[in-house]
Amino acid sequence: MTEASRARKHEPRKAPVTAGGKGPTTSAMIASLTAEGYETIHAPFGHALVELARRDERIVGLTADLGKYTDLHVFAEAMPGRFYQMGMAEAVLMSAAAGLAREGFMPFATTYAVFAARRAYDFIAMAIAEENLPVRIVCALPGLTTGYGPSHQATEDLAIFRGLPNLTIVDPCDAVDIAQMVPAIAAHDGPVYCRLLRGRVPVVLTRHKPDYRFELGRAQMIRDGRDVLVIATGLMTMRALDAAVKLAQDGIGVAVLHVPTIKPLDRATILEEAGKCGRLVVTAENHTVVGGLGEAVATTLLTAGVTPAFRMIGLPDAFLEAGALPTLHDMYGISTDRVAAQIRAWL
Amino acid sequence: MTQSHRASSRFNVSLEQRAWSIRRKALLMGEVQGQGYIGQALGIADVLAAAYFHALDYRADDPKWEGRDRFLLSVGHYAIALYAALMEAGILPEEELATYGMDDSRLPMSGMASYTPGMEITGGSLGQGLGIAIGMALGLRRKRSKAFVYNLMSDGELGEGSTWEAAMVAAHHRLGNLICLVDFNNQQADGKSTQMLSAEPVEAKWRAFGWHCQRVDGNDLDAVVGAFDTARAVAEPVPRVIIFDTRMCKGVPFLERREIAHFVRVEADEWVKALSALEEGRPA
Repeated sequence: MTEASRARKHEPRKAPVTAGGKGPTTSAMIASLTAEGYETIHAPFGHALVELARRDERIVGLTADLGKYTDLHVFAEAMPGRFYQMGMAEAVLMSAAAGLAREGFMPFATTYAVFAARRAYDFIAMAIAEENLPVRIVCALPGLTTGYGPSHQATEDLAIFRGLPNLTIVDPCDAVDIAQMVPAIAAHDGPVYCRLLRGRVPVVLTRHKPDYRFELGRAQMIRDGRDVLVIATGLMTMRALDAAVKLAQDGIGVAVLHVPTIKPLDRATILEEAGKCGRLVVTAENHTVVGGLGEAVATTLLTAGVTPAFRMIGLPDAFLEAGALPTLHDMYGISTDRVAAQIRAWL
Repeated sequence: MTQSHRASSRFNVSLEQRAWSIRRKALLMGEVQGQGYIGQALGIADVLAAAYFHALDYRADDPKWEGRDRFLLSVGHYAIALYAALMEAGILPEEELATYGMDDSRLPMSGMASYTPGMEITGGSLGQGLGIAIGMALGLRRKRSKAFVYNLMSDGELGEGSTWEAAMVAAHHRLGNLICLVDFNNQQADGKSTQMLSAEPVEAKWRAFGWHCQRVDGNDLDAVVGAFDTARAVAEPVPRVIIFDTRMCKGVPFLERREIAHFVRVEADEWVKALSALEEGRPA
């Protein structure tokens, strides 16, 4: 931050005048990511975990004082004897999950993505990943899903974790992905990091593709289009689909390839789709443009000699502002309108 | 049956002799590489002898036996000492001693679970063992196991915040099956631990965190054995810690007298001298 912008931030403000029945915007949307026009499901992660745990005795849940804010409270209430509250102690959260895995249990450890990626990294690296232990780290507030500012915005978690060997990384789009990813990652024999949308989570993918099913490690075409291929992950798949619907009204055909598994990346599908002639390839991620899906796709294309016109949609390489999510998503180019506008401008 | 297995299965060997043999094996490994954390290994040998020949329940021919007491080496660079103990216990063949630290060896210079039978965790990133021990202790309790989890850490690790997170969590979850062993040799990388970041009063700290705490001379075998017995017998379901005050290079007088450092320099010709010096102090 420059001196000038720092000084500007400290200038006094007036409360905004609200008009036309429009309520004030706030930064308090920390719980849910609601999207207009989609049905929502409450706490898909918590409910899916309970269902799985009823069938598998090995499943245990741990959190570092964020059970309520990672939907793990649903599991804690249903199976109190299999839930471990670690308090605000992320290092021991990860180490203890590793110890439980060593004793044959299947731990799901939850916190916010910032705390896992930044604070607990060494414990995840050495106690869990180096040992290839089946610990599932499930983290809320990925990317820009809170207006609280950089302390809570995990804008670089994918960049941090992509460098970690053995770790599988999942960035689900919606309630369908989340509910189906829980048994899928439990069946995977190794450590997994999942970004989590929690609270009321929209049902997106089956609206656009009724027979959609999450498959770990697989990218899937959700819609086809002749002009542009958007390769998207996480909630940006929703934004890409919504933008594609808008652009279709202007006669622009936008295909959307959903990549819920960031690592290992489904290179074959990406190459196959990106290699189809003439389409602009755009990556879209709820993450900094440094070290995330965009760079992973770019590497995949270039090393394979596939070189379509290529653009990236993602968060800037910066600590982001505090504010209301809709404002911030517009400001940083990841709202539906901004996604559509960027694509239109690139054509 | 290997020679080491025969040695390990003899019961008329005193703990003093076990500790001496652990020191000797550590020196032999140090000689292989011409370096190693030999000061720490010589200092902790008595604690390891008491652990592997008095306190721990294990099966030498089945290091993953479900009923075993778990022994975690948080302080990964003490691997040279633990390898010596695992060889003395018959878990590792003594013949592999000559491969210490070499390419393709099962005995890397810092302990890793994936390399070595009997090495429960990958230590070395200090301040991690106690947290892993908590998870294992919780897991064993869920399985209604009678096994204990031991975590060996260094006094330097008392400076890691994660140690104190773990100390709080262990007490909160009333982990009576967890025994933490702290090697207080007052030596860390940059100098004396008490001068780098003093953990004193160390017993008061652990007690304030809700632990049963003992502090004994870690080179007095009777005291060490007594502390293990006491720790195992505590009636309350609280975690237990034993602080062992140890002397670096114990058992090799000319090294004990040397200016002590985290990484004790031993010249090429001194390994043989050190083994001879140890031989002079061989227990009857």
